[in-house]
Amino acid sequence: MYDVIIIGSGPAGLTASIYTTRANLKTLVIGGVKWGGQLMLTTLVENFPGFPEGIQGPDLMENMRKQAEHHGAELLLEDFTKGDFSKQPFTLFAGDKQFQAKTVIITSGADAKWLNVPGEKERIGRGVSSCATCDAMFFRNKNVFIVGGGDSAMEEALVLANVAASVTIIHRRDAFRASEIMQQRAKEHPKINFLFNSEITEIKGEGRVQSALVKNIETGEVKEMPVDGIFVAIGHIPNTKVFEGIELDEQGYIKVRDHYHTNVPGVFTAGDVHDRSYRQAVTAAGFGCAAALETERWLAMQGKEAEFTAN
Amino acid sequence: MADFVVTDQNFEAEVLKSETPVLVDFWAEWCQPCKIVSPIVEELAKEYAGKIKVGKMDVDENPQTAGNYGVMSIPTLMVFKNGQPVKTTIGAQGKDALKRMVDEALAG
Ligand SMILES: Cc1cc2nc3c(=O)[nH]c(=O)nc-3n(C[C@H](O)[C@H](O)[C@H](O)COP(=O)(O)OP(=O)(O)OC[C@H]3O[C@@H](n4cnc5c(N)ncnc54)[C@H](O)[C@@H]3O)c2cc1C
Repeated sequence: MYDVIIIGSGPAGLTASIYTTRANLKTLVIGGVKWGGQLMLTTLVENFPGFPEGIQGPDLMENMRKQAEHHGAELLLEDFTKGDFSKQPFTLFAGDKQFQAKTVIITSGADAKWLNVPGEKERIGRGVSSCATCDAMFFRNKNVFIVGGGDSAMEEALVLANVAASVTIIHRRDAFRASEIMQQRAKEHPKINFLFNSEITEIKGEGRVQSALVKNIETGEVKEMPVDGIFVAIGHIPNTKVFEGIELDEQGYIKVRDHYHTNVPGVFTAGDVHDRSYRQAVTAAGFGCAAALETERWLAMQGKEAEFTAN
Repeated sequence: MADFVVTDQNFEAEVLKSETPVLVDFWAEWCQPCKIVSPIVEELAKEYAGKIKVGKMDVDENPQTAGNYGVMSIPTLMVFKNGQPVKTTIGAQGKDALKRMVDEALAG
């Protein structure tokens, strides 16, 4: 029986585990197959305090993991698959492994959103990607599209422009919502082109990406355009599908009550899985810390109540 | 340690003409998710010793083979049997999933 099981091993989950272990709570982190979370997919993180020259995302996560393990957190690199949150202690499954816990902190973060158009799913990893830093080198001297209009789309475009023959950013609206500085960098790059008011409606190709149907939203005209790679940067969706009994909001984020509680007493949440506003490593870590402290408080209170009833 | 290093040069002899099935781990130094998969692949190499050979192929140094098999995202793992790729997984996966893939490749 664990005092706390933390689901997810991004900045929120690992920070929470540092706090719970240091509070002498027996802690298991069901860290997921993709441990470390979103920062494992990026290069330099320049805004995490304490690293004046920045730090590589994966190095930061490696450090957090070491710190958590140093304090006694157990880390399981598998996905949580289902749980029974209807009665205490909670029962959690990771595949066929079963665990019990007095409290749970859900920090399963968010994953890249896909376009959901025909021809996309079967070509993920065959020309369709959501991670330029991971896959850019396969597109050396090739032509690629980026879909999106935010900072991450600009960033992906700049990474790809280093190696690709040409990069076209396709955006549904007539203006980007990316920050001025990122837009500027993209617009000044000679290899980056723009296609506004447009969307991809289908992806085609023999075993890999060879072309896409691109629709002009204003005129309705659809063109088939040859392309070798399509990078999707249209945001993230919270990983909440597996949490039966936990209340979500309309957009699928976990609904938080007072101080990181979910609708189930004893189940807490932290990070991108509930936070639609900030979505930063440092805020996720901060939420993780707060949720851990709340968990600790809640367990202490339950202990007192039990003592009270016993007497 | 994985059994051996696969290169464009030895691919035919060591993988395509191998008597035992071969699991090839396509990776690169700069690939972060590859670092999640590598230790699992090493464990599989031990657990499946004798049943399957495990090779690692650096796609930066060996672009030809990766290109021939349409590798466009790493980590990609492929099991080759009798000269043919019989199973492929793309992206970071857990050990259970990878074991299942190897078992299926060996059985099929
Ligand atoms: C490319 C990129 C660059 C970024 N750059 C920056 C930056 O420079 N600065 C910054 O502050 N922020 C940056 N961010 C945002 C930052 O990464 C996130 O805000 C932060 O990682 C959120 O942390 P988290 O712990 O809430 O979730 P995540 O990092 O998403 O981690 C969630 C974890 O939960 C795991 N998980 C999911 N489902 C399950 C399950 N069923 N069972 C078990 N585990 C599960 C996942 O595998 C993952 O390990 C960037 C994000 C991306 C994608």
